[in-house]
Amino acid sequence: MELDIVELSRLQFAMTAMYHFLFVPLTLGLSVIVAIMETVYVMTGRPIWRQMTKFWGLLFGINFVLGVATGITMEFQFGMNWSYYSHYVGDVFGAPLAIEGLMAFFLEATFVGLFFFGWDKLSKVAHMIVTWLVAIGSNFSALWILIANGWMQNPVGAQFNPETMRMEMTSFFDVVFNEVAQAKFVHTVSAGYVTAAVFVLGVSAWYLLKDRHVELARRSIAVASAFGLASALSVVVLGDESGYSASHTQKMKLAAIEGMWETHKAPAPFSAIGFPDKEARETHYKVEVPWVMGLIGTRSLTEEIPGINDLVAEAEEKIRSGLIAYDALMAIRAQRAETPEEVRATFEEHSGNLGFALLLKRYVDDPREATEAQIAQAADDTIPGVAPLFWAFRIMVGLGFGFIAVMLYFFYRASFRAMQFPRWALRGAVIIIPAPWIAAELGWFVAEYGRQPWTVDGVLPTALSVSHLGVADLLITLAGFVTFYTILFIIEMGLMLKYIRKGPFEDVEETNAWVERHEHRLRTHDGKGPFAANPAE
Amino acid sequence: MILHELIDFEILRVLWWALLGVLLIGFALTDGFDMGVGALLPFVARTDVERRVVINTIGPVWEGNQVWFILGGGAIFAAWPPLYAVSFSGFYLAMFVILAALILRPVGFKYRSKRESLAWRSGWDWALFIGGAVPALLFGVAVGNVLLGVPFYLTEDLMPMYDGSFYGKFFGLLRPFALLAGVVSISMLLMHGAAWLSLKAEGAVAERARRIGTTAGLVAAGAYALAGLWLAFGIDGFALMGEVIPHGPSNPLYSEVSRGGTWLSAYAERPWIVIAPLMGFAGIALAVRGLRAGREVSTLLWSKMGITGIIASVGLTMFPFILPSTVNPSSSLTVWDSSSSHQTLFVMLVMTVIFMPIILAYTAWVYKVLWGKVTEADVTDSDSAY
Repeated sequence: MELDIVELSRLQFAMTAMYHFLFVPLTLGLSVIVAIMETVYVMTGRPIWRQMTKFWGLLFGINFVLGVATGITMEFQFGMNWSYYSHYVGDVFGAPLAIEGLMAFFLEATFVGLFFFGWDKLSKVAHMIVTWLVAIGSNFSALWILIANGWMQNPVGAQFNPETMRMEMTSFFDVVFNEVAQAKFVHTVSAGYVTAAVFVLGVSAWYLLKDRHVELARRSIAVASAFGLASALSVVVLGDESGYSASHTQKMKLAAIEGMWETHKAPAPFSAIGFPDKEARETHYKVEVPWVMGLIGTRSLTEEIPGINDLVAEAEEKIRSGLIAYDALMAIRAQRAETPEEVRATFEEHSGNLGFALLLKRYVDDPREATEAQIAQAADDTIPGVAPLFWAFRIMVGLGFGFIAVMLYFFYRASFRAMQFPRWALRGAVIIIPAPWIAAELGWFVAEYGRQPWTVDGVLPTALSVSHLGVADLLITLAGFVTFYTILFIIEMGLMLKYIRKGPFEDVEETNAWVERHEHRLRTHDGKGPFAANPAE
Repeated sequence: MILHELIDFEILRVLWWALLGVLLIGFALTDGFDMGVGALLPFVARTDVERRVVINTIGPVWEGNQVWFILGGGAIFAAWPPLYAVSFSGFYLAMFVILAALILRPVGFKYRSKRESLAWRSGWDWALFIGGAVPALLFGVAVGNVLLGVPFYLTEDLMPMYDGSFYGKFFGLLRPFALLAGVVSISMLLMHGAAWLSLKAEGAVAERARRIGTTAGLVAAGAYALAGLWLAFGIDGFALMGEVIPHGPSNPLYSEVSRGGTWLSAYAERPWIVIAPLMGFAGIALAVRGLRAGREVSTLLWSKMGITGIIASVGLTMFPFILPSTVNPSSSLTVWDSSSSHQTLFVMLVMTVIFMPIILAYTAWVYKVLWGKVTEADVTDSDSAY
C-alpha cells in the first residue's frame, strides 16, 4: 500500500496520541490515589501512610514526566500536520486547548515540583494541599482536552463564516457544556482511575506474593479496590451515557459499532457477537440480545435507531444540500459585500451540510463538477471501518465489566475477610495490570476511528485537514517519533520496574517510635498489643 | 451573546497581539533560564555532585516554566489560528527538532540521577545540554526567518501552501541572518542561565557560570547590534498598502502587502518604540556588570529586562505584521487579518484576565518556598533531589 500524506498524518497522530495516552490515565488516577493516601496520613499521623504516599508518588513521577513530554508533541501537532484543520476550526478548537494551559496545566506543573521537593519545606497540611492541587490540575486538564475532543465529535456552538472560510464560535457555553464532552470527560477520567487502581492493586499483589512490604501492600489494596470499584462502575455508567448521546449525535458511529446495516424495528437488539462484512453490507453469524440496543441507545421502546444503509442515503441527500451551499459560498466569495440577499439566504439554509460537499474534494477540485458516481462514492465514504469498531468496542466493554468484578472481589476480601487474599487472586491481579491500558486505547480507537471520514463530524473531512507537506517530511518525523518514543518507553519501563523491585523506603525506627507513642490509643478491646499480628507497622 | 461587543474587535486584536508577546517573553524569562542552565551544564559543572547541584537549581521549577511554551502554543492556536497553522507546518522539521529536544529535557531531569551508572548519567547530561542549547538556538533562528519572511502562500480556500522542497524546510531556514538571530537568542539565554546559577548555586559552579555568562552577554549585545544594522541595510521590510481595516474579517487575502523599504521605518513612524532596544542593551550591560561584580538578585532582574527588551523590539518593529510571506506578500499574516473571531478573542481575554493573576500568584509562592541556594549537601542528603 502506498501511503500518502493523509494516511501518514493519520498514522503519526494515532501513534503519538496513543503513546501519550499510555501515561495519561495513570497520571489521572495515581495523582488522586496519592492525594487520598496523603490525606489519610495527615488525618491519622501514621508514618506508613506517608511512606505509601512517597512510594506511589515516586512511581507517579516516573510516569508523569513522560505524560508531560509526549503532551508537548500533541499541543503542536495540529499545527504541524493538520494545518488546514487548524485554520478551519482553530477559532473554536483552540480555545479549550489554551484554557487547559491556563487553568489546569500551569496548576499541575507548578505544584508537581513542590510535591517532590517540598517535603521538608512545607507543613504537613500545606504539602497535602499541594498534592491535591496536582491531582485537580491533571483532572482539569482532561476536562478541557475532552471539551476540545467532544467538539470534534459533536460540533455545537459554532457556525461557518464565508468571509474567513472557517468555523467560528457562536456560543462558548454550548461548546463547554456539549453533552458529548461532558459524558466523555467523566468516562475518560474514571477510566484513568481504574487504570491507576489496577496498577496499585497489581503491584501490591506482587509484594504480597513475595511477602514484602506487607503492611504497605495491604493498605494500598484497600485504597485501590475501594477507589477502583467506584471508578469501574462510573466508567460503565458514563460509557452508557456516551452511547446514548451517540444515538442522536453520531448515528453512523453507533450503527457501525453495532454492525447494524438495516434500520431495525424498535426496540433494536444488541449483537453480542457477529462478523461484519463491509462488502456484502451484512453482519454474519449474529448472536443478538433482544431490545438491549434500543434501550441503551434511545432509552425508549419505540424510537428507531437508523441502520448504516439508511444513513448512507441520508449522507447522499446532505451532499446534494452541501453542493448548494458550496455554490452559494463561491458566489459570496466572488461578490463579497455585493452578494444578493437571496444567495446569502440560500447559503444559510444549506451551510450546515457544507462539510458533506467537501467530501467530494477527494475526487474533484470543484465539488460542483462531481459526477453521480462520485457523489455515491462520497456517501459510501461516510461508513467507517465497521468490523474493527465492532470488535474493539466489545473487547473494551468486556474489560470494563471485568474490572468491576475484580474490584468487587478485592474490595470484599479487603473489607470483610481481614485482608486475606488467596494466592491465585494475587497472581491474577499481577497479570491483569496491562488490561486497563488495552481498554483505554480501544476506547480512543472507537471514538476516533469511528469518527472517520471526518476530523470534525459533518464539518471537515479528514482528507482535507492535513498540511501540504512532502511524504519525505512525514516519513522523517514518523521514523523519528517511533525511534525516539521506543527508546523512551524502554527507559521508562526499566526505571519503573527498578523502583517497584526496590520497593518503598520503610523507616522502621520512625514507625516503631510512633507506635510506642500511640500505644495506649491503639490497644484493642481485648487488651492485646495493637499490632501483634502486624510486626511491620 | 453580545457581551463581546463590550470591547472593540480592533482593541481585542491589539490586546491579543500584546498577550502573544507577554507569553513569549514569559516563556523566555522562565523556561529561558532552564534552557540556559541546560546548555551551561557541561561547562560549569565537572563532578557528578556539581552537576546534580546545577540540575537541582531548576529541578523543582522547570515543569511549571515549560507551561509557558505549551500555553504559548495553545494561545496562538486560539487567538491566531492562521499563524498556528502556517508557522508550525512551515517550520515543520525545525519544529520536530525542537520538540524532540524539549522532550529529552523533562526526561533527563527526572531520570538522570535514578541510576548510579556514570555512563547513564553522562548520557543524560548530554541530553540536557541538547535539550537546552538546541531550542535556545532554533527559537532565535525561527524569529530571524520571520523577519526575513517565510515562503508560504494561502490558496483561495485559505489553505496554507509552501514553496520549496523538503530540504528547504530545515536547511533552508539556516540563512545567515537567521543564524545571527539564533546567536542572539542562545547567548542571551546563556547569560540568563548564568544569572540564575549565580543566584542559586555557590562556589566553583557559580564562579564558572558568572565567567561564561559575562562573555555570553557581550556576545548577545554584539550580535543584537549587528542584527539591527543588517536589518537597516540588508533586509527588505513589508508594508500594508491601501486602506487598513482593523476590524475587518480575518482573511489575510483581503489586504494588499508590498515588500520593500526597511522594517526599521517603524522607528520613524512610532519613535517611542526605541525604548525596547534600549531596554535590551541596558539590561544586558547591567546584567554583565552584575555578573562580574557577583551581585545576585539584581543581576537576574537586569537579565530579564534585557531579554524583554530584545523580544519586544522584534514584535514592535514588525507591527502589524506577524508572519510575512515572501512568495506572495499579500498572503502575509497581520494583526488585522489573522486573529480569531471577535467572540473567541473576548472569551479568551476574560479567561486570561481571571487566570493569569492566579497563575502568577501561585508561581511566586512556589519560588518563595524554594528560595535559597542549592548546596552540595542538599543534593547528597535528600532522597527526592534529582
